[in-house]
Amino acid sequence: MEKYKMHILICGGTGCRASASEAIQNNLQDALKAKGLEEEVQVVMTGCFGFCEKGPIVKILPDNTFYIEVKPEDAEEIIEEHIIKGRKVMRLLYTDPEKKEVVSDSKHMGFYKKQIRIALRNCGFINPENIDEYIATEGYAALGKCLTEMTPQAVIDEIKESGLRGRGGGGFPTGLKWEFASKNEADQKYVVCNADEGDPGAFMDRSILEGDPHSVLEAMAICGYTMGADKGLIYIRAEYPLAIDRLKVAIKQAREYGLLGNDILGSGFNFDVEMRYGAGAFVCGEETALIHSMEGLRGEPTVKPPFPAESGYNGKPTNVNNVETFANIPVIINKGAGWFNKIGTEKSTGTKVFALAGKINNVGLIEVPMGTTLREVIYEIGGGIKDGKKFKAVQTGGPSGGCLTEKHLDTPIDFDNLLAVGSMMGSGGMIVMDEDDCMVSVAKFYLDFTVEESCGKCTPCRVGNKRLYELLDKITEGKGTKEDLDLLRNLSTVIKDTSLCGLGQTSPNPVLSTIENFYDEYIAHVEEHKCPSGQCKALMQYVIDPELCVGCTLCARNCPVDCIAGDRKEAHIIDTAKCIKCGACMEKCKFNAISIQ
Amino acid sequence: MAKVKSLADLKKIKEELHAKMDLREKSNDPEAQVQIKVGMATCGIASGAKEVMEFLIEATAKRGINSIVTQTGCMGYCYAEPTIEVTMPGKEPVVFGDVDLKKADEVIEKYIKQGELVDGIIPVNYKTIDNN
Repeated sequence: MEKYKMHILICGGTGCRASASEAIQNNLQDALKAKGLEEEVQVVMTGCFGFCEKGPIVKILPDNTFYIEVKPEDAEEIIEEHIIKGRKVMRLLYTDPEKKEVVSDSKHMGFYKKQIRIALRNCGFINPENIDEYIATEGYAALGKCLTEMTPQAVIDEIKESGLRGRGGGGFPTGLKWEFASKNEADQKYVVCNADEGDPGAFMDRSILEGDPHSVLEAMAICGYTMGADKGLIYIRAEYPLAIDRLKVAIKQAREYGLLGNDILGSGFNFDVEMRYGAGAFVCGEETALIHSMEGLRGEPTVKPPFPAESGYNGKPTNVNNVETFANIPVIINKGAGWFNKIGTEKSTGTKVFALAGKINNVGLIEVPMGTTLREVIYEIGGGIKDGKKFKAVQTGGPSGGCLTEKHLDTPIDFDNLLAVGSMMGSGGMIVMDEDDCMVSVAKFYLDFTVEESCGKCTPCRVGNKRLYELLDKITEGKGTKEDLDLLRNLSTVIKDTSLCGLGQTSPNPVLSTIENFYDEYIAHVEEHKCPSGQCKALMQYVIDPELCVGCTLCARNCPVDCIAGDRKEAHIIDTAKCIKCGACMEKCKFNAISIQ
Repeated sequence: MAKVKSLADLKKIKEELHAKMDLREKSNDPEAQVQIKVGMATCGIASGAKEVMEFLIEATAKRGINSIVTQTGCMGYCYAEPTIEVTMPGKEPVVFGDVDLKKADEVIEKYIKQGELVDGIIPVNYKTIDNN
């Protein structure tokens, strides 16, 4: 195999590809060819580097130079300057926003300093479409070790010992789950990978599948070995086309190498993986609904027990794990449970991948040890709030989670701590909100989502969430009363207690946590009929300050509904009954005389 | 590609492929490696820097030294080309001038392996932005 002197890694995640990273790759290759360097420099498209905020990312090795926001037309300059002359292209380097210093090596960037990448170990490091690169970085070694040196029970014990808990949100101990599935005897068993990532703003699982699909295949085979299953199924939403493509390539390559199929590594163990596509229904992330959807039935949950470990896909024992959970498995086998359980906290070992989104400077994908505080994640890794605004809340756990505030910032993140403060880990979405966000509207947004996604099987979820949404809508329209707040609380508790599955049992969480943490804001809506952050249109009023207004008539001339009256050089007045709150007047005013109340 | 029939097979493939990925793994932690920069501007190349670089890459790999060999632009010592800059882990960089193949061999054997200084050191008279 040829040995290259330099490697150029380009991010091939969905985000960076949308910003033309494929064209960058082509241009780099063309430029290398033009200079006769294609034998010496290797260009590789990898998975996500995580720093999506500044994509597309191009990394040059061995000097570990990290270029951001690269455009296809920059390719020639990178080759000409960096590769040939050895001079870094300064304008494409990252500048630390606080120290104002140029950082060329990603290791010294605040974004990467606190991260430990286990599940994301190969994302941004190997070419996901090349099984050789996976094998070269310890790939399939864990499967080999399990098949030749360990009994199924020894593997289960190792996973139990590691303390790994399900990364899909529930946090159930993975080793125990495997043990249950292994103890149920049957002629056919199944391993299922849940890749139905449905939280708004979450893209952890997608990035793992796009950046390192083999790690999931390897872990599924290991799981199959422990429970005696020879068939694996990946349930993935059809709206993840790139992840599907890369998985298909990975499955094909693994079959060609005999790492999937019959008699793997001469051990007599058979295992193969197939894909099943979901239509993107949120409820299908719930394991019983997921299994029904795979069977061709309606994606509706059923009461547990029976658990899938007894009666799952086609009525056979089935073990369902999330993508990120699987991605951790090969590392635990290779490095040992003792290595893994020293990372993180006592009850939540290892790391967690989070998708940072919202009003934060460094939007992207991060992996931190459990026990890292929200403050570290938001300020040190995330680079703080956009435009220097004030932090208001962070939403974790998606539509099932809650909003946490300033006072929770120093809470170490783990499964139990987040539950204790009224939110949850969830699959790892983290949406940051600033002073401009109205918390009632945020709760309404999530309820809108759950109303849409409720499968309608049980009444509390189908009808209850709709009523919750209507109450919230009434409050944002300025028609709410204080009694409505009590009603919201009561109804939420009933829905939580009586719903059939996880969707309904958690959907009122955004309402409860915002009432709990932002009671003042609700009170302002129902008593003063005002929205403190100025987001609820129905409650806004544009007013002109007569002291500041010079009577230039600019606002009146720009008002689309002619609701501003006043003579030249006299203070103007807005007729609030006619005003449509478009904000055109405020934008045009040169004297800052117009404000929202 | 043929099937991988046993764990021994897998390990063999891994060893073969490892050399290819070696450079990427090392780059994750450049400070722990011997970093060698070769001045590869026109003057350097004309004086044989290319051959010196090839030699350094191969010789360090063969002699089991964990190193990253990169090229860099003109370091300004055109009178002493080819020039190389060697940074041992945790130490200040040292620049050697007039490095031909023989000298390169001496730098590896004496300076990199045993920490002895050899003739031809050029005092560093600049700072770079990398040293932050």
